[in-house]
Parts: sequence; structure tokens; C-alpha cells
Amino acid sequence: MKELFPAKQVGGFVFSLILTGVALLVYYFNMSRAVGLTILTLTAFIQAAVQLVVFMHAREIEDSKSVFTTIYYAIIIALVTIFGTLLCMIWGWNY
Amino acid sequence: MGYFSRFAVPHPSPAIYASMIAIAVTVFLIIAGITYFKKWIYLWDGWITTVDHKKIGIMYLISALLMLFRGGVDALMMRAQLAVPDNKLLDSQHYNEVFSTHGVIMVLFMAMPYIMGLMNFVVPLQIGARDVAFPRLNAVSFWLFFMGAMLFNLSFVIGGSPDAGWSSYFPLAGNEFSPHVGTNYYMISIQIAGIGTLMTGINFLTTILKMRAPGMTLMRMPMFTWASLTTCIIIIFAFPVLTIALLMGTMDRLFATKFFTITDGGMDMLWANLFWVWGHPEVYILILPAFGLFSEIIPTFSRRNIYGYTSMVASMVLISFYSFLVWTHHFFTMGQTAYVNSIFSITTMIIAIPTGIKIFNWLFTMWRGRIRFTVPMLYCLAFIPLFTIGGVTGVMLAMSAADYQYHNTMFLVAHFHNVIIPGVVFAVLGASTYYWPKMFGFVLNEKIGKLAFWFLVIGFCLAFFPMYITGLDGQARRMYTYSEDTGFGPWNMVATIGAVCMAISFVLIVYMIYYSIRNAKKEAVSDPWDARNLEWATHTPVPEYNFAIIPQVNSREAFWDAKYKGHPLFKGDYEKIHMPNNSGVPFLMSLFFFALGFGLVFSMWYLAICGLIGVFICMAHRSFEQDHGRYISVEEIKETEAKYGGTHK
Ligand code: HEM
Ligand SMILES: [Cu+2]
Repeated sequence: MKELFPAKQVGGFVFSLILTGVALLVYYFNMSRAVGLTILTLTAFIQAAVQLVVFMHAREIEDSKSVFTTIYYAIIIALVTIFGTLLCMIWGWNY
Repeated sequence: MGYFSRFAVPHPSPAIYASMIAIAVTVFLIIAGITYFKKWIYLWDGWITTVDHKKIGIMYLISALLMLFRGGVDALMMRAQLAVPDNKLLDSQHYNEVFSTHGVIMVLFMAMPYIMGLMNFVVPLQIGARDVAFPRLNAVSFWLFFMGAMLFNLSFVIGGSPDAGWSSYFPLAGNEFSPHVGTNYYMISIQIAGIGTLMTGINFLTTILKMRAPGMTLMRMPMFTWASLTTCIIIIFAFPVLTIALLMGTMDRLFATKFFTITDGGMDMLWANLFWVWGHPEVYILILPAFGLFSEIIPTFSRRNIYGYTSMVASMVLISFYSFLVWTHHFFTMGQTAYVNSIFSITTMIIAIPTGIKIFNWLFTMWRGRIRFTVPMLYCLAFIPLFTIGGVTGVMLAMSAADYQYHNTMFLVAHFHNVIIPGVVFAVLGASTYYWPKMFGFVLNEKIGKLAFWFLVIGFCLAFFPMYITGLDGQARRMYTYSEDTGFGPWNMVATIGAVCMAISFVLIVYMIYYSIRNAKKEAVSDPWDARNLEWATHTPVPEYNFAIIPQVNSREAFWDAKYKGHPLFKGDYEKIHMPNNSGVPFLMSLFFFALGFGLVFSMWYLAICGLIGVFICMAHRSFEQDHGRYISVEEIKETEAKYGGTHK
């Protein structure tokens, strides 16, 4: 019985529903912009990780190492781009 | 008439009317010609529906040459205008349209497809594969590029050309300052071609990672394959940024959003930022495959293996990462603090290091090699010193304090032509001569090729070195004229003469092709240059399945070792070969994209919606289609191989 029941997938599904619920709180409750954005950012990234690992089987294929290398590489480039942009356009902007 | 007035060119001139007639006549002649010679079915079955990477590659090359012609005519117009002070040949508006079109065409519709074409033709052969990973997607890529290019080229006869530069900075590119549809064409045609490029990136990354011949480990891959691999990585991470930036720009122009406006919370500088977040990696997307091509040609004609293989690979991998860290050097003067500029100055200078390593490796490869001065090798030999000058002026520009003097002057124009022409253009011209026999079965005429080469090199030096001087003296780029007492006149005349030399070189190249088709010996030459890699291990013309038996690789230069060290390449017997079927859907889909694009350019919503629905129908069709490809039987393979003289084992 235990082998037949996809505990991991069901658990992942429930968890992603909870994450969605938490994100919705930002809409229903009146909170400061900073708190709201923090909640949204966190839930979004956790959600993406859950999808990749649980539903897209990032860990279960033979060359999962290359999958994660690519993801980390993408994250690094994204962070460089975002923080570089903030640096040029906001923090280090004169005019 | 009200409805059709939108298609009118806002700023017409006799030249534009003449072009309209010329285009109409050409289109009519082409259609009449194809019908007269009964070539429609050949065209449809043989080319339009093909999913064969070799044919797609050749179609890319033909389109690229056409675009080189178009962009070249633009260049000649600009040079003619600037030849003498206070010239009245083009007015400022025309000049703006011409340089904007020239930039976009040369970068996105000439250099990119040229490189994609060579990648398409060479990479699968080089890794011993029978096709790319996703042949159908490959056809979609090509047709999206093609329709993007067609849409863009339509602009100057229907509705007017973009005029805000190839970088199309907002707020100039916004509705307020660019009210006519030209900039819509820019946003949407680049978008369509860009989606195609992104698909190519994914396709070739998968192909290279998954479809190499047995025994070809990563560190045994030929240099051009390595270059393509790193290029694909850059494409995959850089092009999405362009996609989004163009989408935001399109929304601003068509739906009055405020991403890049000055007022209402918009941020005009964000466009420049996003554009260069893509734009700098883009210049490396152009140059890395070019480096790869040089690394193929130089060892062949020096009869030596490439010097410093590992450091070559390492420097390309490093470049593919560093290229994302430097983009701000394109707008040092736009308002960041000195502190921010310094950071990006340093990252920019660092990127010159791996490039320098590669230069030394090529030099060491030639050192003690036995050099044969063929046309492709001449291009390599000219590339090394000229590109180095371009790199050095790049490092000059990278010093942010000094850049205040150089930025947006002709010095900058000289820099980037100095890296792109000796880098990219020499590479693709050299490589087309090099691979020509593999593509078409005969060698191009050496004499005319050399003449064209010398015209190009001398023309290049005459055309662009004077710009360094006038640039330092303060001649601004993108200015349609200058006055007599600036003293720029004589240098500009020299530059125009150089441009004419380059045009002569283009004519010579076309003549060389024509002459060679008529006169070259059409014997099947499978390895005319005594080359080193797998692409030369198969027959000429290459059979559609590339290799009757998949080669067995156990060294870095498998083919060379097979020839001279007796390593067996093809082991085992023929087996039936699985090949993908042709399909007309990619072409159809690109037509829908064209309709969608045209509808968006002119805000003709019904057309745009129909186009979009068509695109989705094509995708749905693909999802439900049952197409398992077809098999080539052993008998058929035997027949083909016998015709070409058998598989040399
Ligand atoms: C040694 C390596 C290089 C360095 C340090 C370098 C540096 C720079 C800098 C600092 C600029 C901006 C200058 C300004 O706007 O004032 C620039 C512009 C440019 N570079 Fe380079 N570069 C290098 C190599 C290349 C290569 C290999 C290519 C292309 C194949 C290239 C293509 C361009 C283009 C197209 C522009 C101008 C774009 C425009 O404003 O329209 N560069 N380069
Ligand atoms: Cu750059």
C-alpha cells in the first residue's frame, strides 16, 4: 500500500497550496509594502523550488547534477543582473 | 483612402519610390521565374519544408548574404553623405533611418544568421550526429528569423523605417518623439527573430550535450563545437532579457504603458540598461563562434593541432560568464557615480584577458607550423593584428573617466567595427570559403578570392582607422553632417574611399561564386584541405543521414588520427537509419507570426488576433500530431554509399 500512495507528490501539492494561501494573505490583509513584498518573494521562490524538485523530478534523473548546475548558474546570472541594475539605476545614480 | 494612409511612408524620397518599384519588379521576376522553370515543387519539397540541418544552414547563409547586401547599401549611403562637409545628399531624417536600419540589419539579420547558418551546417557533422536534437524546432527557428528579417525590411517601403538607432533608446523611441510606426517594426521584428534565436540556443545546447558520437567526451570536442556550446549558454541567458525589454517597449508604444517614460513613474534609463544587459553578451554571441571558426581554420592550414586546447576552452567558458558582468560600460556617461563606473571598468578590462590568451594560442599554433596561404587562412592572418587593435581600443573605452571623451564619437564607431569586421566578418567569409567544398562540392576560385580579400582588408583599414582620429577630434557619431572648418573633411573622404573598396570586395565575392559555379571542377572532394575534424570524414555532397555508420572517436582530432595514425573511425555494419520527416508547419507558423507582427505594427488588431490564433493552432497541431519519422533501409544506404565511392573505414 505504501508504495502505491504517492506521499511525496500529495505532500508537495498540499504544501504548494499552502504557499499560495500565504501569498494571498498579502491581498486580504492590510500590511506594509515591505512586509507584503517579503512574503511574496519568499513564497514565490519556495514555490518554484517545490515545483522543480517534487513535480519536475529535478533530483530523480541520472544527470541531476547538470540540472542543478544550470539552475545555480541561472540564479547567479539573475542576481548579478538584478543587483547590477539596482546599483546603476538606483543606489549609484546621481541625477 | 483614410485606412490606407497609414501605410504611406512619412518621409518619402525618390530613392524610396525607386526601391518600391525595384522590389515589386524583383518579386514579380522571382515568382515568374520559379513558375516558368516549374520549380515550385522543388522549392517546397526540397527547401521550404526541410528539417535537414545542412539545408537550413545553407538557407541561413543565403539570407545572410542578401542582408549583407542590404546593410552594405545603407553603409554606402552613409559614407556618401559624410564624404564631404555640409553634404545635402541625405537629410537628417533619412540619415537617422539609414544608420538605424544598418545597425539592426548587420547585427541581427546578417551576422547572427551567418553564424547560425555555419553552426547549423558544421556542428552536427563535427560531433558525428545525424541531425540536431529537435529538427522541427530548427526549421521553426530559421523561418522565424526569416520572417522577422522580412518584416523589418518591409519598413522602408510600407510605413517608414525606424530612426532611433540600433539601440533605440527611450524616450527618443517612445511615441512622443517617434510617432510613426518605424519603431514598432523595430520592436516586433527583432522580437520574432529573437524567439527563433532563443530556440536555436536551446536546440544546439541539447544537440551538443546529448548527441555526440561515442567516445567524444567534452574535452575531445572540436573548438568550433566548444565555441557553439558556450555561445548557446550566452544565448539562453541573454535573449530572455531582450524578449522582455522589447515586450515592455512594445507595450509602451502600443498600449500606452509607462515602463520607459520620463513621467508617471516610468524610467527611461531602464531601457538602456536592459538593452545592454542583452547587448553586451550579444557581441560575445557573435565573436565566440567566430573564434571557433578561426580555431578550425588555423590548425588545418598550419598542419598542427591547436595550441593550448584546455586554455582555449577555459577562456571561452570564462568569457561566457564574464560577458554578463560588464554591460554598464555602454552608458558610463549617463549618470552613475564614479564608484559604480569603476566597478564596471574593472570587470570590462578583465574580460580582455581571456581574449588575449586566445590570441597567443593562435600565434603559437602557427609558430613552427607549415602555413599554407589559402583564402581562409589569409582571413585568419589578417584577423589577428586587426582584432588586437580593436581589443586595445576597447580597453581604452573601458576606462570610464576617459570614456567621457570617446563615448558616442566616431572613435567608438571605429572600435566596434574594428572588432566586428576583422572578428566576425572575416571569420564567416573565411569559413564560407573553407566549408564551401563540403556544402557544394567544389572549391571556390582562389585568385578572385584573394583579390576580394585584399580589397576587403585595405578597404577596412581605410574606412575605419580615420574614424579613430576624427573621433578623438570630436566628430560625433550619428550626425548627418559636419561643417568645413572642423577639418574632418579629408579623413571622411578617405573613409568613403575605403567603404567603396569594401563594396568592390563584395562584388568580387559574388563574382567569385558565379565564376566558380561556371568553371570549377565538379569532382566530389570530400577532404580538399587535408583537415582534421569529423565534418570532413563524410562524403561530398553530404548524404542526408551524414554518416552511414556513426564514427567512433578516441582522440581530439579523430579524422586526422584516422588518416595518419590508422585509428578506425567507422566500425560495424550498416543499420537502418531513423530520420525526421519534412514538414510545412514551421513555414506556415512563421507566416502566422508575420501576420501577427504586421498587425501589431499597424495596430490592426483583427489581423494580429488571427495571426496569434494561427500560431496557437500550429502548436496544437504539433502536440497532437503522430509523426514517428521514417527509416532509411540498409539497401538504400548501400546504394547511396556505393554511388559516393563507399564508406572509407
Ligand atoms: C577586449 C575586449 C573589449 C572591450 C574591453 C570592449 C569595450 C567596449 C566599451 C567600453 C564600449 C562602450 C564605449 C562607449 O559607448 O563609449 C564598447 C562598445 C562596443 N563594443 Fe566593445 N569591447 C571589447 C570587445 C568587443 C567585441 C569582441 C565586440 C563585438 C564582436 C564589441 C562590440 C562592441 C559594440 C557593437 C559596441 C558599441 C555599441 C553601440 O554603442 O552602438 N566589443 N566596447
Ligand atoms: Cu560591451
